[in-house]
Amino acid sequence: MALSSQQLKVGDVHEAILVDNLTRTQIVQYAGASGDYNPLHTDEVFATQVAGYPSVFSHGMLTMGMTGRMLTDFVGDGRLTRFGGRFTAQVWPGDTLSATATVTALETNDNVTVADFDVVTTNQAGQVVFSGSASARID
Amino acid sequence: MSAERFPIEAGHIMAFARAVGDFNPVYHDAEAAAATEVGGIIAPPTFVQASAQYDPEYPLRPRPGVTWFGSGRTASGLIGQSDGAESSGSVGAGAGAGAGTGLHAEQHFEYHRPLRAGETLTVAVRAGETWEKQGRRGGLLQFGESITEYRGAEGDLVVTARSVGVRTAQPVKDG
Repeated sequence: MALSSQQLKVGDVHEAILVDNLTRTQIVQYAGASGDYNPLHTDEVFATQVAGYPSVFSHGMLTMGMTGRMLTDFVGDGRLTRFGGRFTAQVWPGDTLSATATVTALETNDNVTVADFDVVTTNQAGQVVFSGSASARID
Repeated sequence: MSAERFPIEAGHIMAFARAVGDFNPVYHDAEAAAATEVGGIIAPPTFVQASAQYDPEYPLRPRPGVTWFGSGRTASGLIGQSDGAESSGSVGAGAGAGAGTGLHAEQHFEYHRPLRAGETLTVAVRAGETWEKQGRRGGLLQFGESITEYRGAEGDLVVTARSVGVRTAQPVKDG
């Protein structure tokens, strides 16, 4: 079900847990599905011994993909018109991520209402890992 | 190089949706999806990133005849090669961005219509801006942008993607 403009006002916040205790297996699953096999994400030996990181870390696009679920669960299937942002910190195995969409604008033109959102994904320490915005057609 | 054609397959959408932890039936159940507003299986919002699967020269996938830089007998397949071990900053073209590095700084999508299982997109990539910045944690940062247009069979724009890649001088120790 799509959102209705009657249920929504500027400042409203929708929040969802994206993942609790991110596993290396889910990162590997994302590598396989997306085709991005960068060993920084999937190969602990390479990530630690060659690249100098404390462990493998998530693809930014896995974080964004999980954040996308929060948005589509909120606005409805096929309703997004725009979604983007910056990867502001790395996401590590064991992290728990939550995300919020905050309504920043509601505008109706030619009977089409579009809602704009600020989108922020944070880890269990409250650190922002993805920061962006989105827009969606609502009813 | 990028994919030129991107077949949107239902099984690929299902695997991708599972990987991002999205079990919405509109991504895997044709019958349930048919009963929704969009009327069939569609792809989740970041799915076009998986067009890398169809890029014949995608550098972040092992390819025949090309030494893979991940670990095997040694911590990197490049150890023992003439240049020794390459750092993460010099391998691959992360996110297909022009900067030619492993880390992805930004990603932006514009959706012109839902992307449906069964269609085949054509893909056109162009380089965008490049710029440099002094980073607090990773030394000199070199940014590069690429813009990808995904079009349907009628030439209609389906998704426009803008990716920014960053090449760091040293590993980013504290995310």
